[in-house]
Amino acid sequence: MSSFWIILTGALVAVTCSLLGCYLILRRMAMVGDAISHAVLPGIVLAFLISGSRQTIPMLLGAGILGILTTFLIEFLHKKARLQEDASIGVTFTWLFALGVILISVFANKVDIDQECVLYGEIAYVPLNVWITDTGTNLGPQAIWIMGSILVLVLIMIFTSYKELLVTTFDPSYAAAIGFSTALWHYILMSMVSLATVASFESVGAILVVAFLIVPAATAYLLTDRFELMLVLAAVFGILSSVLGYLLASQIDGSIAGAMATMTGLIFVLAFIFSPRYGILRKKNEADKTGMIIEESKV
Amino acid sequence: MKFFEFFSFTDPNIRYVVVGSILMTVCSAVVGCFTFLRKRALIGDAVAHSVLPGVCLSFLLTGEKNPFILLIGAFITGGLSIFLVEYITTKTKLKEDSAIGIVLSVFFGIGILLLTAIQHGGNANQSGLDSFLFGKAASILPEDLYSFGLVGIILLIGVFFFFKEFTLISFDRNFAEAIGLPVKILEFMLTSITVLAVVTGIQAVGVVLMAAMLITPAAAARYWTHNLTIMMLVAAMMGAVSGIFGAYISYLAPSMPTGPWIVMVISMIAIVSFAFAPVKGVFARLRKQIKNQKQITDENILKLFFQLGEKDQDFFTARSITSLLERRSMRKDLLKNGLARLTDQGFLSKTKDHWKFTEAGKVKGQRVARLHRLWELYLTQYLQLAPDHVHDDAETIEHIITPELEAKILEQLKYPEVDPHDTKIPYKDF
Repeated sequence: MSSFWIILTGALVAVTCSLLGCYLILRRMAMVGDAISHAVLPGIVLAFLISGSRQTIPMLLGAGILGILTTFLIEFLHKKARLQEDASIGVTFTWLFALGVILISVFANKVDIDQECVLYGEIAYVPLNVWITDTGTNLGPQAIWIMGSILVLVLIMIFTSYKELLVTTFDPSYAAAIGFSTALWHYILMSMVSLATVASFESVGAILVVAFLIVPAATAYLLTDRFELMLVLAAVFGILSSVLGYLLASQIDGSIAGAMATMTGLIFVLAFIFSPRYGILRKKNEADKTGMIIEESKV
Repeated sequence: MKFFEFFSFTDPNIRYVVVGSILMTVCSAVVGCFTFLRKRALIGDAVAHSVLPGVCLSFLLTGEKNPFILLIGAFITGGLSIFLVEYITTKTKLKEDSAIGIVLSVFFGIGILLLTAIQHGGNANQSGLDSFLFGKAASILPEDLYSFGLVGIILLIGVFFFFKEFTLISFDRNFAEAIGLPVKILEFMLTSITVLAVVTGIQAVGVVLMAAMLITPAAAARYWTHNLTIMMLVAAMMGAVSGIFGAYISYLAPSMPTGPWIVMVISMIAIVSFAFAPVKGVFARLRKQIKNQKQITDENILKLFFQLGEKDQDFFTARSITSLLERRSMRKDLLKNGLARLTDQGFLSKTKDHWKFTEAGKVKGQRVARLHRLWELYLTQYLQLAPDHVHDDAETIEHIITPELEAKILEQLKYPEVDPHDTKIPYKDF
């Protein structure tokens, strides 16, 4: 049963992140997602210190605030201080992440988060932390409920605002012309990324969540030009990586989250080579064909 | 007391740690200047994360923690990561940021998987491998220092001898190619040096924060100078300061992770630079903006007095705020501040709630009006713009034209009498 819970958690994290990742990739904001996933750390620690426990709501709140702050800081450094964009991303997230790790060490006796957990989470402990109601009913692991709610939120966002998100992603100037606020949707999306990151934090850690944010979406992007299909494919690859990752981790007795990230990479490599439309094999074939045609026309 | 104990450097361990930290931070700061200028700051992040599987693999293959062997493994996967980012970007429709994110997270995932597998494998030799995650400047041993010192010195010598070439390919790759430099080889060298710097620096700050050691000192130094040599020296110094401080912190509180403190110090230096650096800093720029704004308001007010004077055929009538606002709409508070400033500077004189020109004020107001009209004429004559299209542009340029430029325009227009709206252009001997 515990394997089931672990795989389910992984799958929930994967689906939530891959869906958001599709937008990040198309908006060329993959590294902003990476930055947010690092930078929520001080928010989590502060929420922990203030609330005194690992309660979900304060943590989500703390991380959400930090996520928006990160987005804001990157924009501020880029626009107002005129720092080039890649450097503003780099400076912002390393600084906030360093702050988070320092806070953890300073309040080591008060904060029950260790540094390794920050990096790759403790998905193996997910089944131990169950939610038992006042009447004593066992509702299963808490992480499932938290991740599930975030996923529902993301799905609601995508279904109700599909058009707005799509237009602001693909054609910001047209979006502005027909009255959608690109800034608003930018911040909404970034808050969702922060929420997803922090909810995934305990299970897969701050760094490996990046693998789920970017890689399945990128894989799907190599396979299709239709956005709806890209969302579905990304989710499928996310689930597949979490199942295969769990199997791999139990084979070689390593970090489950690490193995899941490895699997997202493996699936990406397969798509990269064999994608019917954009794979490198296909391109090679085409090049050979063109070469042959040229040869023939010479004859 | 601990302060003197540390900074007297009598304890050889402290010397090792300090020299080691400085070496590592300086190397990455110097190399970081090139990656920063080539706008490839985040590549360093990908390299840093990708070093982890290399380290783990070389440990798995050899079963020992010889720093040189670990370095070789790190160098191979680090270099591979740069190659892969470029390969993915050129071969697919994915953009560079996605490629960096993919390489970074997957390599790191593999690294974590291997690391945890090694830890669970029970090889007693493995303890300390995880110091690659957050750095271990505080526990640098003499033999570490020799290997990293060697790498660092090779790196700095490389930068020294190829400084001009690296600078050229960072700023203008096409030009470098055109004058026949072996750009591909130089880029490969620069990439290798970047990987070397990352591999060395990781010992100090760890995988996750290594990007900061490349990006942050360079970004901060850029705010103080336009000269690359000076920028590099400044970046190196900032790096060194953060390195020493990091070592000091971990000496004071051994439970503190060194890497995050080093990054914290360098980030603080950077934030101060972004905010307060002269000319390029946020505040300097803001001050300049406010100054310009005031100058524009003042000149507009003087021009307004002059125009009203022309209308009434009398330049020295005292005028109230209401009568000024009738002719030109302005924000009232800005107008009041401007009037007060101009009175202080002696361009206007004030009696009760009325202001009037002084001699100096009239000359200045006349000049602004003249520039406005000259520019309107210039635009209609030389750019063939319609007379009703030139006002807005003249409104801006009248505050910018220097006396030298004015003389040139006058010469070209042959001291004209009237502007396109048939208004007289006022000259000094008017």
